[in-house]
Amino acid sequence: MRHLLTIEGVTRPELEDLLDLSDEFLNVLDRDIPKVPTLLGATVATMFFEPSTRTRLSFERAARALSADVLSFSPGTSSVTKGESLKDTALTLKAMGADLMVVRHPATGAAHRVSRWADLPVVNGGDGAHQHPTQALLDAFTLRRHFGKLDGLRVGIVGDIRHSRVARSDLQAFSTLGATVTLVAPPTLLPLDTTGWPCDTATELDGVIGDLDVVYLLRIQSERGGVSGFTSLPEYVRRFGLDDRRFRLLRDDAVIMHPGPMNRGVEIAPHIADHPRTLILDQVRNGVAARMAVLFRLMTPEARR
Amino acid sequence: MTAEPVMTSDDIRRAVHRIAHEIVERHHGTAGLVLVGIHTRGVPFARAIGAAIADFEGTTVPVGELDIGLYRDDLGRRSSPRLERTSIPVDITDQTAVLVDDVLFTGRTIRAALDALSDLGRAGQIELAVLVDRGHRQLPIRPDYVGKNLPTSIEQRVSVRIDEVDGHTGVWVGEGKGQ
Amino acid sequence: MILVAGGSVLTSEGIIATDVAIDDGFIVAVGAIDPGTAEVIDARGCWVGPGLVDLHVHLREPGQEWKEDIASGSRAAASGGFTALVAMPNTLPAIDAGHRAGFVAEQGRKAGICHVAPAGAITLDRRGVELAHLDELWEAGVRLFTDDGDTVADAGMLRRAMEYLAGRDCVLAQHAEDPGLGAGGHMHEGAVSSRLGIRGLPALAEETIVARDLALVRLTGAAYHVQHASTTGTVALIRQAKAEGLPVTAEVTPHHLMLDHSEVESMDPDFKMYPPLRTTEDVAELRRALIDGTIDAVATDHAPHADHEQEVPFEEAPRGVIGLETALAATLTATGLDQTTLFQRMSTTPAAIARFADHGLPLVVGGPANIVVIDPSATWVPDRFVSRSQNSPFRGRKLTGSVVATVFEGTVTHGPAS
Repeated sequence: MRHLLTIEGVTRPELEDLLDLSDEFLNVLDRDIPKVPTLLGATVATMFFEPSTRTRLSFERAARALSADVLSFSPGTSSVTKGESLKDTALTLKAMGADLMVVRHPATGAAHRVSRWADLPVVNGGDGAHQHPTQALLDAFTLRRHFGKLDGLRVGIVGDIRHSRVARSDLQAFSTLGATVTLVAPPTLLPLDTTGWPCDTATELDGVIGDLDVVYLLRIQSERGGVSGFTSLPEYVRRFGLDDRRFRLLRDDAVIMHPGPMNRGVEIAPHIADHPRTLILDQVRNGVAARMAVLFRLMTPEARR
Repeated sequence: MTAEPVMTSDDIRRAVHRIAHEIVERHHGTAGLVLVGIHTRGVPFARAIGAAIADFEGTTVPVGELDIGLYRDDLGRRSSPRLERTSIPVDITDQTAVLVDDVLFTGRTIRAALDALSDLGRAGQIELAVLVDRGHRQLPIRPDYVGKNLPTSIEQRVSVRIDEVDGHTGVWVGEGKGQ
Repeated sequence: MILVAGGSVLTSEGIIATDVAIDDGFIVAVGAIDPGTAEVIDARGCWVGPGLVDLHVHLREPGQEWKEDIASGSRAAASGGFTALVAMPNTLPAIDAGHRAGFVAEQGRKAGICHVAPAGAITLDRRGVELAHLDELWEAGVRLFTDDGDTVADAGMLRRAMEYLAGRDCVLAQHAEDPGLGAGGHMHEGAVSSRLGIRGLPALAEETIVARDLALVRLTGAAYHVQHASTTGTVALIRQAKAEGLPVTAEVTPHHLMLDHSEVESMDPDFKMYPPLRTTEDVAELRRALIDGTIDAVATDHAPHADHEQEVPFEEAPRGVIGLETALAATLTATGLDQTTLFQRMSTTPAAIARFADHGLPLVVGGPANIVVIDPSATWVPDRFVSRSQNSPFRGRKLTGSVVATVFEGTVTHGPAS
């Protein structure tokens, strides 16, 4: 694996290898000095063309925990940065010594293109509505730590699926690892053609919520045109929001996940967001470990068994 | 590889026993001792030493396992092995940690193990027990307990096989670069 | 004198194995000819016929010459076997007035490599709000009117243009893309766009406009041309209109004959154009329609964009790909047309639609020497292009069919001798 651009095509053994590595790195993060010298001298460059402090910080934390240096680029509001092309930015960072790039961009395929131009390992930190592979990894890791394995788990992903890269990556990772996935959204927010996708779809949450082991809530996003997919926010909340009534419908051992940041009062009622049945903070913590696993795997040659 | 092993399974068993006795003798007992096996084959040896001590001394010495994959100085120059578990059942602060490995060669593995161990805590003392010392040190590292001194030429290969890992037990020497 | 020797020639009596002699801009002999001191073009194993005609090219001049200009575009055209082009009016400024059309034609004449006929915009600045200076454009020689790049979305506006131009020998062409259905789309709306999370352009965005326009044709009787047909539904509409006897013609691009939307997986903007690459079913239907004549002509929609404009993520890239130099090969590779049909679709019929008097004609003594020599079985792999821009979806792909020589008004504009 030279790049991590998409979860599509990552095999089950490859996924499990990354999850096993994530376990080890979580142990490292638990130590008094949560740092190892593994990537000392290496430089990780983050190119974030979309506002996202959390994911960028998570990658930077992961890089530093491996003793790598970090070069972080995000175009500000200055007109100077507007002129420089994606390609030029990538080549500039490479010239500055980057050994690996993490790319987040509002357009699909940006990370793919950077991988061709820069000829360096590239991690897709989220491209348009297409893929967010490290999110899928940390989510799968979280589920594996909580349930022991994903085989047989029933996962419902709820929200603006059509415009969600998290949904696309998660459903592929979860189903590869043996879970059953249902996408839940109003018809205007489901992808247009899901023929052959390894999942079911549902247009009402109430009908499926009692059978789920995992309720994965997506943020309703206005940045990617999601608001136009349903009539109004109150209507969405009424049909798909995780409120007290729906919370009571959950199985006793069902858990709640969210990629963050949460819209309290929209996809999740404010007090439920803090309930112990949510794995949201675990996801954040596990995210650093999972990203360490990815950086480790990509910056050292493939293991040969 | 030589057809005959330079150490048979019985030779190894006796060496392990002797090392176990030496450790206990030097430390006048087992208080404060922790055995830390280095993955992969150092781990079963550490367990074997621990079992021997339990047998003749009647006390249980904690045994941990250490993976040095994150501390190697040659990452990028060879394919990285799978990361194994690093897990030591006690806090090593102020304890006497005895690192255990199968073969001592250049000393770089031990150097990495020392770094890894110090990231887990500040041991009072660190010692080194190896089954085979084949010479050719590249760093100033010396073992405290040795099963067998085995002078080799740099081109030779020393292969340690352990039942739990390989299905059979013994130490062989052969031609061709390697461990 | 130039002698095209030993080829399979499209004459007014059909296809004959013979020689063609050219002098002073005209065909002076068709038959077995002694080469003498003539410049010889070896046409053995080749098809010889009227130079190809492209109804749909973007030459980018005036206003965007970093992508292409009339001279460089003409050179690319000659390399592709073309002797006549219709240049789209979405330049900066748009060709919506007589003097601007005159400028384009004059630049074509100065380059002297092929015939460049400007198309005229239907509305001022192609904004769809007021009619362009249609009389001036007509007087400047414009015979094909289109807002290409954009759709004339207001049906009332299109009707008015049709009625205004009634009685004149010209054609109204439409780039069919309903602004409501197509807004914000970058690729065909379907299984691939769903998986890639890229906003799609549904086939319906093209079909609803074509269907509506055909109703206007029924009402006004105006000659109407469907640009870059790309869907099964559009083909069905054209078929039905022709069955009714409506004055409708249609074109298809070579890339729509060969490629489908799975190409977008590469995330490469060299596969981004409007209409987008569609499904394999659409590709199959377009091929059938070209072969049986429902679609009258191949037109490239040659749309150059500079390298730096393509070095962006797919969604941010401009739409369009070049096509002049690969048109023949892609068409032949996709459809295996025979000589007669090939020249019909790529020369004679487009010349008729464009109202070109001197192009698309079978080769006869006394006729203008606008000729192409084609090797229908040569295989080659496109790599670098003569065009100023390199945004081609065929780079690195093996194609069958190459242009051996192109002759424009008696001058060899491409070939071993040029």
